Amino acid sequence: MKITVNGETRITEAKCLEELCHELGFADVKIATARNGDFVPAKSRAAVPLADGDAIEVLSPRQGG
Amino acid sequence: MSSRANGAEEAKDVLTLYGEPVSSRLLLGTSLYPSPEIMRRSVEASGANILTVSLRRESSRDAGAGSRFWDMVKGFGARILPNTAGCHTPREAITTAQMAREVFETNWVKLEVIANDDTLQPEVFGLAEAAEVLCRDGFQVFPYCTEDLSVAERLLRAGCQVLMPWAAPIGTGRGLMNPYALRSLRAYFPDTPLIVDAGIGAPSHAAEAMEIGFDGILLNTAVAKAHDSVAMAAAFAKAIEAGRLAYRAGIMPPRDMASPSTPVAGLAFLDASRAS
Repeated sequence: MKITVNGETRITEAKCLEELCHELGFADVKIATARNGDFVPAKSRAAVPLADGDAIEVLSPRQGG
Repeated sequence: MSSRANGAEEAKDVLTLYGEPVSSRLLLGTSLYPSPEIMRRSVEASGANILTVSLRRESSRDAGAGSRFWDMVKGFGARILPNTAGCHTPREAITTAQMAREVFETNWVKLEVIANDDTLQPEVFGLAEAAEVLCRDGFQVFPYCTEDLSVAERLLRAGCQVLMPWAAPIGTGRGLMNPYALRSLRAYFPDTPLIVDAGIGAPSHAAEAMEIGFDGILLNTAVAKAHDSVAMAAAFAKAIEAGRLAYRAGIMPPRDMASPSTPVAGLAFLDASRAS
């Protein structure tokens, strides 16, 4: 399945957002996720299946003004 | 006034934002510093107890960068105000705010919906739309807005309890571009906390805003990009405190004609030629 993660194309076999986050090495880091522009809470990631063409955003804390 | 009385007077002058007392009227951004250590020392020198932060893409090549930054900022012990910087539509801003609420564990959000990349001016229609949605969803919204009175009214109707009009475009350091409109806002909304956000370059700009009755100043670039960020943070802290004290003390109105401060009565006549 071909998706984009933070704007980059990625081929993945992950079934859900939770699996994808593990695959990306984000299991133990502070992140927030969105799928196709909608926020996906951490507790819902395992219940959100991935589909071909999905646009996933994974964000984390940064400097801000 | 004795120092004890002065202290008691100051103790009463506490800014409250969404029910939370705030000890400093300087809100500081965490971006653009030369190093994390200079940021830490600048925060300390500023006395700020509200810091703004953002969310950006996490990279697999540096997984944990966000967590490391977050751990450092938490160590400052300040209240966190996440922003939605860079969002151009209500949808982007709403989703970013929801993500920020989860990561930073706060209902506070500095709501930015940007209209134009050159001016970074607020897109006020989208801002009001996003504010309505977020306020209904339990957020405590700090909207980055213009000085427009009708926009302010709409944001307040949406449920915002704080307004953050710009002084000038973000990062320009030009100071109060429209002091007349800022004074109007103050006069129209005497009980709403008003914080100048963006465009402040020098401590004198911050003092000017405080002298006309604004409740606080949100800064980033002017401190972070100073030659000595730590010293500039301290300078802003003093200017903001001075401006606040001056506002409360009551600044004399300007007058057109000179008026001697030294008594005229009793002046000696030492030159007979002036008598005519």
